[in-house]
This record gives sequence, structure tokens and C-alpha cells, in this order.
Amino acid sequence: MARLTFKGGIHPYDGKALSKDKPIREVLPKGDLVYPVSQHIGAPATPVVAKGDRVLRGQLIAEATGFVSAPIYSSVSGTVKCIEPRRVVTGDLINSIVIENDGLYEEVEYEAGRELEEYSKEEIIERVKKAGVVGMGGAGFPTFIKLSPKDPDAIDYCIVNCAECEPYLTSDYRRMIEEPEKVVEGLRVMLRLFDNAHGILAVEDNKPEAIRRLKEIVKADPLISVKALKTKYPQGAERQLIYATTGRSINSKMLPADAGCVVDNVDTVVAIRAAVLEGKPLMERIVTVTGDAVADPRNFKVHIGTNYSELIEEAGGFKTEPVKIVSGGPMMGFGIFDLDLPTTKTASALLALTKDDVSEMEPTACINCGRCVEACPGNVVPKLLAEYAENGDEEAFIKNNGMECCECGCCSFICPAKRPLTQAIKSMRKICLAKKKK
Amino acid sequence: MSMMKVSSNPHVRSKESTSSIMLLVVVALLPAFGFGIYNFGIMAAVHVLITIAACVLTEFVFNLIIKKKQTVSDLSAVVTGMLLGLNLPVGAPWWIGILGGFFAILVVKCLFGGLGENFMNPALGARCFLVISFPAIMTNFNCDAYSGATPLALLKNGQEVNILDMVIGRTGGTIGETSVIAIVIGACILLATGVIDLRIPGSYIVSFVIFVVIFGGYGFNPAYIAAQLSGGGLMLGAFFMATDYVTRPVTVKGQYVYGIILGVLTGIFRIFGPSAEGVSYAIILSNLLVPLIEKWTMPKAFGAGGKKHE
Repeated sequence: MARLTFKGGIHPYDGKALSKDKPIREVLPKGDLVYPVSQHIGAPATPVVAKGDRVLRGQLIAEATGFVSAPIYSSVSGTVKCIEPRRVVTGDLINSIVIENDGLYEEVEYEAGRELEEYSKEEIIERVKKAGVVGMGGAGFPTFIKLSPKDPDAIDYCIVNCAECEPYLTSDYRRMIEEPEKVVEGLRVMLRLFDNAHGILAVEDNKPEAIRRLKEIVKADPLISVKALKTKYPQGAERQLIYATTGRSINSKMLPADAGCVVDNVDTVVAIRAAVLEGKPLMERIVTVTGDAVADPRNFKVHIGTNYSELIEEAGGFKTEPVKIVSGGPMMGFGIFDLDLPTTKTASALLALTKDDVSEMEPTACINCGRCVEACPGNVVPKLLAEYAENGDEEAFIKNNGMECCECGCCSFICPAKRPLTQAIKSMRKICLAKKKK
Repeated sequence: MSMMKVSSNPHVRSKESTSSIMLLVVVALLPAFGFGIYNFGIMAAVHVLITIAACVLTEFVFNLIIKKKQTVSDLSAVVTGMLLGLNLPVGAPWWIGILGGFFAILVVKCLFGGLGENFMNPALGARCFLVISFPAIMTNFNCDAYSGATPLALLKNGQEVNILDMVIGRTGGTIGETSVIAIVIGACILLATGVIDLRIPGSYIVSFVIFVVIFGGYGFNPAYIAAQLSGGGLMLGAFFMATDYVTRPVTVKGQYVYGIILGVLTGIFRIFGPSAEGVSYAIILSNLLVPLIEKWTMPKAFGAGGKKHE
């Protein structure tokens, strides 16, 4: 059988060897914790605590506002120091709740304890919603919305995105190695919601050990299968993942549910499990701290809100002065200008590099080589879209499928003339989306 | 800690660059160049080197005059010079490469905006300019080693040709076009390194063969077809000039369409035209159709036509 994959894509240097054999270690935060009220797609959460309040670990500090939104919980016990705008990885200033950690980790009592079978579907969705679970792969879309499509019976597949196709990232890999049962239990929680659905654990085939462990757990379960996918970036992009595992294609205007699929990544599924089975809100995530500038690359279990500089310190600091630090993976992450930023629900990695490809390579004229066309998983013509974007030609941009771009970065990566194609297309997409909203 | 460099994603880039690609093309042309020197003598080397020098110097001076950032290091002018040089007859006067190189780079390339903006292959544009302006020089393939008509001209007159000689390259013709073996070795280098793929050369050659079978007057005659494929500039054109990035369609479907148009045009020019040759004109004419081909062959986006559940 042909290996499961999609058309297009690239093979960047993967860098995973730096951290893939480092077990997950918990990092206890030392300094203040910062919780931006917007760590998800949708309306910012509304703070429900005030300066001077004492809070416990697991206590609600900001509630969801409106339908598409997510609540935020404190990951430590301590005192609310202030609520003020703080810088986040995108460079924006976002209103944030700052909590002074008292180091006691006093927790609230969680409403836990029942067997999965005893929960109704509504209760499961309610618990996921209440726990503030959002897509932790990077998008941050509130998970309960994904879990409540219009027609739950039309869902054929619940897919766990275990691809981890971004170079350098090993957080999902470590989770699958160390706690594969949690991933599978999380998937079983999801399957409870959809009577006709099968579960798929979709793993890139560069992680044979993870595939082996997951297979071991699900071998007796007829509902769940482990699928090995060809290792190629962006295999973990939602649309490409659905195509590779089910052969179904969706465009940018459709949701996975339109193709009978629900997709969530590894950490999200584990958070769903904790929310439903243990009643625990989302307070932690796995973060890979890596890159050639980092002394001791590691995978950490991080309390959300922890300052990035503490994570670097835990990884032994820098062995060489970094030139570029990225929050997330090198393909889709955000370049950050300094480390005084909080870990949010969507922060999968902190990557410190001693070399910046982007500023070292100067863009030259497009030679029309067509590498971007071959690499584009969205099957558009990036070089033309970038040209339209640079000329401000919105009409041509939209007509030639500019809005179908998923901003994966393949075109910029592969371009021999080093043209910032993704950047141009991304900016134009933002402009077009903003105009559409008006 | 000092401030970090910030930029939009992605933060890593592939190693390949414009100049590394151009260098591979130069390397891939070396077998044909080497055979040209072996076949025609040292004057072959002189012609090619003069043409390369003319191309590079023209681009350098042009950039100086219009105060543009220097671009000669991208090696594209070297490739143009090499291709044009390989398309000259060895008996031509020494200045022909200088004139051709000047025309290729100044008129066809730089005046239209430089690398990436030219609508026509500079080397072929210049070759056609030279053929029209100096037909006596450009079609005179008599030299120390060979005299009389080229195999393709013999073929057109219905005379016998030696196919083995044509494949090896022991015939008259332009400096770089005679040896099929040398050209195919170079093409394999480009295919193996991913610089080109078989879409254009493949559809070009296949459609040309079909055209020749139907209209060539010999039906399905393997010897005639082999002679047509090995003669003239077809191999050099199909692998090195029709595949020129700038002047071929960027869409995948468009590349097949382009290859087929090339095959048909080459067939028409060779069989019905006054000259035995036809590759150069077929390619520059097809170059002009590229914007149209691209417009008609825009790919469908991933998931296009999918229905949203209401």
C-alpha cells in the first residue's frame, strides 16, 4: 500500500534529535505568572478576580465571554498582583492577569471521579468547555465547539493529530512515549460523543516508537486504529491530515466536520481527558525548549503563565548567544524579540537558534522555477499570489485562491531566490479577512 | 540580553539558491561543451568563452549604468552565454558571439527588467536574431572536420544519414548540439538534482514523434524518427532551453501543454518549413504563449468544490 500522505510539502532539517530522548520534567515557576485573557480564537475572557485577591491553583480567574471563547484558570496559588496589558508572542499588548506565586501550590477541589460511561454527551462537552480546553497545537480554537458539530451522527472519524511535523518539536512525541494511555483515553472520551465514529491516531513514520506504544494499547480496540503517515511537512496541517488519513478534501471555507471528521492534537486530547475524567481545567502543557543555542534541550511540563526566561534557565541557559528565538516551531512559530513573555495554552516550543536564515539570505528576483508551486499543499501558485499581494491587487489575489493558503511556510522555505512569499500572502490574507468582516 | 531578530514565519530556509541552480546548469552543459571542443577543435572553446564573457560583461555594465544592484553573481548570464555559444557554428567569425551575447542580455533580458522578467529565452532570442541577420554565417556548418550539409538537411532531402554518428555526435552542426549522448548525460545531471523534470522534455519529444509519424511522410519508421530526434537542436532545446524556468509556464498542467505545443511547432517547422531546423523558433514562439497557457491552466485549490454542511 502506498504510504499515507498528501500532495506537495517539503523536507526541512528536523532537529528532533536534540530533545527527543529527554523525558518530560516538570518546571515549577519561580517568578510571577502572567495570564493573557486572550489565549484562544474568539472573544477575550473576562477577569473575575481583582488586584489583591488570593487565588488557588485550579481556580477560575477569567470567564468565557460569549460563545466562541474560553475561560482561564490559575496554575499556581498566590495573590493577584495586577491586571494590566502585557506583551505576548505575537507582539501585541493583551490585558493580562498577573499572579504572584506563593510557592505552596494549594489546589481547589476538582469535581472528579465518575466513569466515562456515566457521563452524558452534554456533560462531556460542558466539562471540556468549562475546563478552558483549546486547540493546543497552535490555533487555540475552543475545543468544545469542535466537539459539538451540528450533526454528531455524521462524524465518521475522530482523528488525533500525532503528526508533529514541525521540525525540532518533540513535546507530542514525549507524551506519546511516556503517557500513551492518556492520549488513547482522551480519544475514547471524544468517541463517546459520536456514535458512528472511528478513532484514528495519525503519527508520522519518523516516530516508530510512538507508533509501537500506541498500537500496543489499542490492539484490542476495534474502534481505534494507529495510522503511520509519510514524514513530510506539513503533514500535521488539519486539511492535509484529513486527506492523508481518510482521502477526504476540505477547502478553507469548510470545517473538518463537513468531511465527517473531528481533529485534535495530542496535548488537546490529553487535556480533554483531564477535563472530563478528573475535572481538571487546562493549567499545564508540554513545551519543548530546544535549538542549537540552548545548553541542554529539554521537554518540560510547564505551568501556563510561566515566563519564557525561566524555561531557558531550566534548560541550562544559552551555550551560545542566540540570534533568533522562536515561540513554536521554525515553520509556523512566531519570532520573538526577547524572553519576557508568558507561556500560553498554545505555546508548543521555545526554539533558540544561533543563526537566522531569514536575515542572512537576501531576496533576489523570482526566476519562476516553480518550486513553490510543487511544494504548496494547498495547490495554489504562491509566486503569483505574492506578486498580487505586493501589488495590492485584492481581486486577483482572491480570484486565484489566495484565501486557500494555510500559511504553512513551504513556499518561503523552498524558494531559491529567498523571497518572503508566505509573509506577503499572509499579510494580504489578513487585509482581505479584515475587509470581509466589515 | 540583546534584542533578537524578528521576522515572519518560516524561520528556516532551504540551502538551494538561484546561483546554485545556475551552477548546476553550467555543469550539466559541460559534457556537450567538451564534446564540441573534441569534435570541432579549439575554436569551439574560444567561441563559447567569448560569448559567455560578452553576456556577463553586458549585464555588468548595464547594471552599472542604471545603478542597479549587481546581479552577475547569480550566474544566469553565464548560462545564457554558454547556451548561445553552444548554438553557434564553429566556422563563424569571432565577433558573432559578442554581438549575440550583447543582444541576448541587453535587448531580450535587461531591457525587460532583468532575470525573471524576460518573456523570451535570451539565448534563443539572440540566436534567431543572428540567424535572420547573418544567415550565411549562421547556417554554414562547413569547418575543418566536416563539410557539406548537416544530417538534418540530408534527411530533409530524403538522403541517407548515419544514426550512430548522430547519436555520438560525429557530425556537422552547431558546437553543442551534435552529440545526443553528451546532452543526455547533462540532462541526467539536471534530472537527478531536481533542477528540471521530464514534464516539458517528455511531452515535447513524445508529441514531436507523434507529429513526425503522422506527417513526416515515412509513417512509423524507427530509423527516420531516431534521425529526427538526434538531429539539429532538438535534444539541446528540449532539455536545456524549453525547460528555462523564466520562459516556461509555472503551472504543472501548463508545462504539458507547453511541451505539446513545442512538439507540434517543431514538427511543422521542420517538415513543412523551408529550413531543416525548427527548434529555436518553436521555443521562442511558445515562450510568447506562456502567459495565456498559465491563465488557462491555473490549478484548482486543495479541496475546491467541496460542499459545506448547512
